[in-house]
Amino acid sequence: MMNNIFKGKLFGLVVPLIAIGFGFLAGAVIMLISGNNPINGYVALVQGVFGDTYYFGETLQRMTPLIFSGLAVAFAFRTGLLNIGVEGQLIVGWFVSVLVGITIEAPMIIHLPLAILAGALAGALWGFVPGVLKARFQVHEVIVTIMMNYIAMHVVNHFIRNYMLESGQRTAFINDTASLSSDYLSTLTNFSRLHWGFLIAIAACVVMWFILWKTKKGFELRSVGYNKHASSYAGMSVNMNIILSMSVSGAFAGAGGAMVGLGTYNYANILPSFTNLGFDGIAVALLGSSTSIGIFLSAFLFGGLKEGANNMQGQAGVAPELVEIIIALIIFFVASSYLIRWIYSRVQSNKEGK
Amino acid sequence: MKKRFMMLMSSVLAAGTLLAACGEGDEDTTPVNDGGNNNENEAAEGNNEAAEDGEGFSSKMVTDVGGVDDRSFNESAWAGLTEFGEDYPDVEVDYIQSNDASDYAPNLNRLAREGTDLTFAIGFLMLDDIKTVAEQSPDQNFALVDDVATGEDDEPIDNIANLTFAEHEGSFLVGVVAAMHTETNQVGFIGGVESPLIKKFENGFKAGVKYVDSDIDIAVQYAQDFNDASRGQQIADTMYGNGADIIYHAAGGTGNGLFTEAVDRAQGGENVWAIGVDQDQALTEGEWEEGNVILTSMVKRVDQAVYQVSEDTMNGNFPGGEIIEFGLEDEGVGIAETRDNVSDEAIEAVEEYQQMIIDGEIEVPQTDEEYEEFEGEL
Amino acid sequence: MEYVIEMNNIRKEFPGIVANDNITLQVKQGEIHALLGENGAGKSTLMNVLFGLYQPEKGEIKVRGKKVDVTDPNVANNLGIGMVHQHFMLVQNFTVTENIILGSEPTNKGTIDHRKAAKDVADISDQYGLRVDPKAKIEEISVGMQQRVEILKTLYRGADILIFDEPTAALTPQEIKELIQIMKNLIKEGKSIILITHKLKEIMQVCDRCTVIRRGKGIGTVNVADSTENSLAEMMVGREVSFEVEKGAAKPKDNVLSIKDLHVEDARGVSVVNGLNLDIRAGEIVGVAGVDGNGQTELIEAVTGLRQAKSGTINVSGQDVTSFKPRKVTEAGVGHIPQDRHKHGLVLEFTVGENILLQTYYQQPFTKNGVLNYPKMYEKARKLIEEYDVRTPNEKTLARSLSGGNQQKAIIAREVDRSPDLLIAAQPTRGLDVGAIEFIHKKLIEERDKGRAVMLVSLELDEVLNVSDRIAVIYEGEIVAIVDADKTDEKELGLLMAGGKREEGEPI
Repeated sequence: MMNNIFKGKLFGLVVPLIAIGFGFLAGAVIMLISGNNPINGYVALVQGVFGDTYYFGETLQRMTPLIFSGLAVAFAFRTGLLNIGVEGQLIVGWFVSVLVGITIEAPMIIHLPLAILAGALAGALWGFVPGVLKARFQVHEVIVTIMMNYIAMHVVNHFIRNYMLESGQRTAFINDTASLSSDYLSTLTNFSRLHWGFLIAIAACVVMWFILWKTKKGFELRSVGYNKHASSYAGMSVNMNIILSMSVSGAFAGAGGAMVGLGTYNYANILPSFTNLGFDGIAVALLGSSTSIGIFLSAFLFGGLKEGANNMQGQAGVAPELVEIIIALIIFFVASSYLIRWIYSRVQSNKEGK
Repeated sequence: MKKRFMMLMSSVLAAGTLLAACGEGDEDTTPVNDGGNNNENEAAEGNNEAAEDGEGFSSKMVTDVGGVDDRSFNESAWAGLTEFGEDYPDVEVDYIQSNDASDYAPNLNRLAREGTDLTFAIGFLMLDDIKTVAEQSPDQNFALVDDVATGEDDEPIDNIANLTFAEHEGSFLVGVVAAMHTETNQVGFIGGVESPLIKKFENGFKAGVKYVDSDIDIAVQYAQDFNDASRGQQIADTMYGNGADIIYHAAGGTGNGLFTEAVDRAQGGENVWAIGVDQDQALTEGEWEEGNVILTSMVKRVDQAVYQVSEDTMNGNFPGGEIIEFGLEDEGVGIAETRDNVSDEAIEAVEEYQQMIIDGEIEVPQTDEEYEEFEGEL
Repeated sequence: MEYVIEMNNIRKEFPGIVANDNITLQVKQGEIHALLGENGAGKSTLMNVLFGLYQPEKGEIKVRGKKVDVTDPNVANNLGIGMVHQHFMLVQNFTVTENIILGSEPTNKGTIDHRKAAKDVADISDQYGLRVDPKAKIEEISVGMQQRVEILKTLYRGADILIFDEPTAALTPQEIKELIQIMKNLIKEGKSIILITHKLKEIMQVCDRCTVIRRGKGIGTVNVADSTENSLAEMMVGREVSFEVEKGAAKPKDNVLSIKDLHVEDARGVSVVNGLNLDIRAGEIVGVAGVDGNGQTELIEAVTGLRQAKSGTINVSGQDVTSFKPRKVTEAGVGHIPQDRHKHGLVLEFTVGENILLQTYYQQPFTKNGVLNYPKMYEKARKLIEEYDVRTPNEKTLARSLSGGNQQKAIIAREVDRSPDLLIAAQPTRGLDVGAIEFIHKKLIEERDKGRAVMLVSLELDEVLNVSDRIAVIYEGEIVAIVDADKTDEKELGLLMAGGKREEGEPI
């Protein structure tokens, strides 16, 4: 009863916004303590995103894989699964799409979709394994996916190092027919690395929304996510849905990897450590309340923060770590949305009391 | 979020460590002046007044993830730039730190667009990005540390200066030290991630050992990780257990495990040694109650390279399209200043061989093929 | 007359709702005072105010004539107010004594004085005839015994005003009888009791006076002796209520459900259904009566395909469904109103409409080529909402925000609308108020009269007796007796449920 107003759509928007606000506020305090002017810092941050079409293009480029990893996390989450393995799924997707991009010769109309699809399939496979283990043997997906991340990184590194090393730490460039790079978008944004993948990411948001909210399968996935008991009572196969959910989630992640491989870099390289694009996806999904539009917006926020951070140090002399701290604080406040709800309800009841 | 940052930072930092060198030691607090002894810098000396004319000149760098306080590579480069800024007060020096690999390109671009006269990319990881940016800003000057940027025609790019180091030569010298100190006639090498760069360390070291005594056995193992100290310790344990008494590492953070194992064994009364890399590691690592297990270290002077190229560029001699290798001759690499554990004979030998390398009497191998050839000729 | 508790003109608001509006409750020393109201009427809120969990906006509380400010449960404890919660707050793998002393352990030089504690607990237990073994672990004792531990807990803390929150919900008839005796003992020892309930029969049995609240408003306080069940129900619901379930005689036809020698294991692999046989015919309601935990749950799960039977056969309308998956069982003509509607019946975060379509969403016209047709789904939902009188703002309201009765109606709409040959209703009225119970019973009988076979599994003997045509008593996984509902009574059923044999010695 009393919770009704806190469950409204509006409140779903309010919590992340308050969290972001608190995050920035705390960031300002930290800047003050460390002897920086927070206003200058934030001005530099905003200019670092919007100040030049190049920066803006780079921001969009950065958010592209984040959208995919956010969608991947959210998709599994809707089925009640915590896919920590987006990182690994993204890495294999990156690698396999580049592999297809290098080894196959075909006209673009076949080659490019094939490469993206290959990446998505690789990611799907990487999600399928923990899905099956969860469904068949009740092995917790968090443990398996974490392990799968390491397997992904080391296996990919092994293949690149031993079979595909071209220069330094990377493979050869992919064939142009498999590349998402766009001279048009790049010129439009003053030589940024913005590529067609950005549009694909937007399409992916729509796809996820459609699957979850408009299809029979999506209905089942959400139902299982909310209440697997009632779902099995209603005749749905919980196990099949778990496997499906992890696979589709992995496919989103793998496609995200393909965006990085085919769009941003046009190659794959030996990873000294995780890309973190997958881990950031958890934060993106959380901040975006696992909705398509929310994920798009929060991916923009995270991409912008990362891009603008460089300008903060260049222009305002703020340590780049600070931006990491702000991001961490935002996630902290989103995660403790309970706290925000509580404060909010306190304020509300005070108002009504008077 | 924090974790991912730390993870990225530490791992790339580790990679950086390999390629880097800090200031050499107590004696060497003014490395730039030291560098002034060689002929390249004579021009610079002569142009000291020209520095005043060089007002408005700016030299900036994009760091790797470690940042300028990574006690390594980036720090060393920044020390070189700072030094340069102090010597020529009208010059503007600055840096931008990258938080992850995707920051390289925008950061390089940022500096280029600001009109920076010379933009350094610190680390071979920025190879592809600097190529793209240099192509987009053809009027700007760039310098890449630790790798060679070539265009599609395999020719160097005109507005990029390539700064590399003769790690194999430095490694040769520590190989000599190892060969002269081993009592078991067995030594070891631990590599980080296998790559052409680390191969230079390995082959140089092996060549140095074999040159002194071709009967010495050399164990080689790669951890395939720059940041896994426990793996390093495990490998060191195996190597020492198999009879090696001196191990050289080129493995960044992984190498810290080597020092741990060496200290453990030294405390257990065994006579084992470790050889550090990039900087004079005896200053920070390997300490135990009765001394230090670090025999010597192979150091690499990024600061000098950065200083020199900045100075040359300011004086209108930007070495664009050139590949500058900083070797023994320029004191770009060498053995560390801390030599308490090294015998006089070994030092004499090192000096002798150093001269032979400079004179071209010894050609130190870099790749596996070159090493095989080298070994065959012994 | 001295009141031990006076709650005068209490008003408690939550954002958007007035939970208690000007309610007065006065409890006399040494009486059992009933607090009666439908679910959501505001009983719990009022008691939480008394217990210090909520602060009232208006009104005053007096304990033993003195005005007090109950700011938190500790204050209530100190005032001698104790609460026996509906959901026991016990640590499963602690002993009775450990649970009782938890939070107020007697210490001896810093260590817990277990001996003294055990002795104190035993003393109190004897004094009130609670017969609790202080050394038993909670996980090893029955639900009724656990409740007595809860009572002991409050007594141990020196409570002399005890609040019982729906204490009989989880008890067997025998345990209810014992509980009533315990309450009477407590009164004899000078305690006062507030009994929160919506069961009129219990009030008539034990209470002295009764305060009725409806939709947050105090309706009044009456002497139980001067009231009837009907008059109380009318006060509670606000209209006349009939308790007699009106039904004609059953006209049973052919067998719809036929279970032969069924063996089922529970999740731990223990065999809990042991060679069970049961037939249910079209046009009759068969009540399955039994003490909780005698295999009812596993029986239902086996029939509905949720649990694989070990051996035996289950036949529905001539089709062997023993190894069917739930969806195929559903399609074979079985409807299931699950026992736990929140856990098994509804997806609470789904809308009412989505929940109503939870069994049929995949069929034409709701799904076409894998894509849902929401307009069609909601159109159907609207129709059923109207037909089954589900009180909801609209079909797009979240199921969570509905009252229990309306949630149950939504489930019934879903299951009954499919016209299943066999309708299984497990505890269909648990926790519901009189009005909703009435509706649900009527629906079950309607379905019977349409020629469906109905299996009613319930722990409430009243319900089984009133609604069923035949009653099958389940004991340790077997049907030990099948009796005609109008030829038996509560006493006989209670005996059978406890494993006793039929006195009359009639063949079953």
